[in-house]
Amino acid sequence: MGRARDALVAGLLLLARKRKRRLWPGQRERIVPPASRNPGSELLATLLLLAAAGCAVAFIVVYVLDRLPAHTQLLGLSLGLACLFVAAALIVTAKRLIVTEELEDDYPAEEHVDEQETVLQLVADSGFSRRRFFKLALGAAGGALALAVLTPIASLGPAIDLARFYATPWRRGRRLVDEHGRPYRASDVEEDTLYTAFAEGSDKEQLGSSLVLVRLPKDRLKLPAGNSGYAADGIVAYSKICTHAGCAISLYRAPLFQPDEPTPALVCPCHYSTFDPASGGRVTFGPAGRKLPMLPLTIAPNGELRAAGNFDSAVGPSWWGVRTKRPTS
Amino acid sequence: MIRKLVRFLDRRTGTAPLLRKTLRYLFPDHWSFLLGEVALYSFVILVATGIYLTLFYENSTATVVYHGPYVPLQGQEMTQAYRSVLDISTTVKAGLLIRQTHHWAADIFIAAIVLHLIRIFFTGAYRKPRELTYWIGLTILLVSLLEGYLGYSLADDLLSGMGLAIGYGVAVSIPFFGANLAALIWDGPFPGKHDFFSRMYVAHVFLIPALIGALLVLHLALVALRHHTQFRETRRQTERKVVGIPTFPGQTPRSLGLFFAVAGVLFLLGGLVQINPIWLWGPYHTYISTNGAQPDWYLGWLIGALRLVPGFDLTIGHYTLVANPFWGGAALPSLVFIFLYLWPWLERRFGGDSAYHNLLDRPRDAPMRTAIGMTTLTWVFLPFVAGSSDRIYVTFGLPYIPQIWAFRVLAVVAPPLAGLIAFWVCRELQAGERVERRRKRAEEEAELA
Repeated sequence: MGRARDALVAGLLLLARKRKRRLWPGQRERIVPPASRNPGSELLATLLLLAAAGCAVAFIVVYVLDRLPAHTQLLGLSLGLACLFVAAALIVTAKRLIVTEELEDDYPAEEHVDEQETVLQLVADSGFSRRRFFKLALGAAGGALALAVLTPIASLGPAIDLARFYATPWRRGRRLVDEHGRPYRASDVEEDTLYTAFAEGSDKEQLGSSLVLVRLPKDRLKLPAGNSGYAADGIVAYSKICTHAGCAISLYRAPLFQPDEPTPALVCPCHYSTFDPASGGRVTFGPAGRKLPMLPLTIAPNGELRAAGNFDSAVGPSWWGVRTKRPTS
Repeated sequence: MIRKLVRFLDRRTGTAPLLRKTLRYLFPDHWSFLLGEVALYSFVILVATGIYLTLFYENSTATVVYHGPYVPLQGQEMTQAYRSVLDISTTVKAGLLIRQTHHWAADIFIAAIVLHLIRIFFTGAYRKPRELTYWIGLTILLVSLLEGYLGYSLADDLLSGMGLAIGYGVAVSIPFFGANLAALIWDGPFPGKHDFFSRMYVAHVFLIPALIGALLVLHLALVALRHHTQFRETRRQTERKVVGIPTFPGQTPRSLGLFFAVAGVLFLLGGLVQINPIWLWGPYHTYISTNGAQPDWYLGWLIGALRLVPGFDLTIGHYTLVANPFWGGAALPSLVFIFLYLWPWLERRFGGDSAYHNLLDRPRDAPMRTAIGMTTLTWVFLPFVAGSSDRIYVTFGLPYIPQIWAFRVLAVVAPPLAGLIAFWVCRELQAGERVERRRKRAEEEAELA
């Protein structure tokens, strides 16, 4: 009796399945298992997408109404939220609305020995590999051609002749001017202040042009023998470009606060290389590996500051052999 | 509709089998696998916002006098490049949003790559057969550092000019041919001629992005050809069987969701969190600099290293061989990258493991690798912090000079110490797991008895 009922049920089920198949002709077995219905999450994802649409419209409205305060902030807020709402909707979709299958697959084979052998055989059979002189010539042609097409790179800049690296606009008698081209007078330069000066008539951006100018009490000056006579009435001039990495020296440690800051110092704010203006630009702290180039000064009869020559060493960050040549005018 | 499209494509290209395979490609699931994706999506945003910016940017160093709406700079001489970036930030509608989003995307792009690299390193994902994928990824990181640097240098504000000056200082410091190299790049000594900006521009908007894009495609293709690695979370994951979620339907909304999440966060940052307010710095001139300047985060380690190296040029008598910036600005990054490039080979050579790996290690599974990784990471992280030592001084009042000395000592002492500690922690974790396993087995036996 029970067995008969089971058979009946099974038969009915079979029929039902068959009928289902007939409903969608051509339909094959599922690849992805069906997802359970989840009306709440569907509603949530829909609402999130609508919110995204709203934010996107808000972005356009904000863009058009450009007199709004905090324009950039509102634009970022609306566009950012639009994207985040889409993201949230997609994450709800991924976690709740679709099936997350965890499947297995084979990793690809480690190697294909047969194929490798075939390739090698092809090369061997081609006859290329045996003609040694031909291969040498091929290498020579390839190398020379590569060199030839790379040669025009030399047009990019004066890579061989480094004369311009040593050139500065300074020479004997050149006036020191400020940013607006007004000549400095010795009486303009006060103690405890840093001044920026340029070679008159020069390109101010050229590394060799700009100077830092400070006045020190004469009894403080301890210039080394090579720089004796470089100061004029206690005023000393150094290249404004740090010898470490080429930033401008824009900090002057003066007046002093004892005991932390015992001497006046010129400081570059990039890596805090510190130079002593009283002793010819010696490095007292920081990574600079070379003293600050010093410019000899004189005072003209009318009180104007003038260069008495060129710098005592090359200007700017250091390179291979930088100390072998003096700067040229 | 979809049937028609698929049929059309297959009949024209014959790619239905490839499409089917792609749709059922398996993605093993772990949060740390998303880091690379974050980088990818940031790159998409970078390209999109970058293209928009090129429509307004002028790569000219011709001087103009500013007459725009930003009052503090009115009447100042500046380059057209800087003026155009000012205009993007002030008069172009949505220009500031796009510019700031671009800048944030660059910072997050590189951050995501670095975190991705750290994940790859400590889990041994670079091992055979994935060394090529790893080397290409490293190259993407290397050129991205340059790309980011060129990007903020193009603005030609005061900070970017100082950054370029330092870059020039590092370039000329390279032994033997440094000055010649710099002369080629800048067309003469710094600040170079007007064509230097054209060179930076074409490199930033075309050459390097195209290179990164090509490398990205190669990177992803290699990942797919060798399949993703996976952690051994259950017995199902083996060296031969990968377990994961298929591209479609499972992974598609997840990846798209991540893309929109990344885009959303970037636009929120771009709109709400100010980054590089170039109008405050003013135009650059070689004779101007400012205190408290900081580069973008990913160059912090180089600034720090430049500050920590003691002040000397390597000379023979009066002849300079190696100028100081070489050590911090060129030698340190070269060493770190050479080490990273060589690492898979070093580990095979000295670790004696040349097997084929699809399963990932946890950091504790390879104590030596974890120790060496932590040593390197500490060695890079210390100069990174030292790069902000002047800010630390201003913020916390710690005097600058003692700080530099402390960092110099730490740079020598801390990396090996970090390695030793990491090694010890790994061993302890391993021992803990062994005890746990033994306890479980004993309990099972006790229950049976």
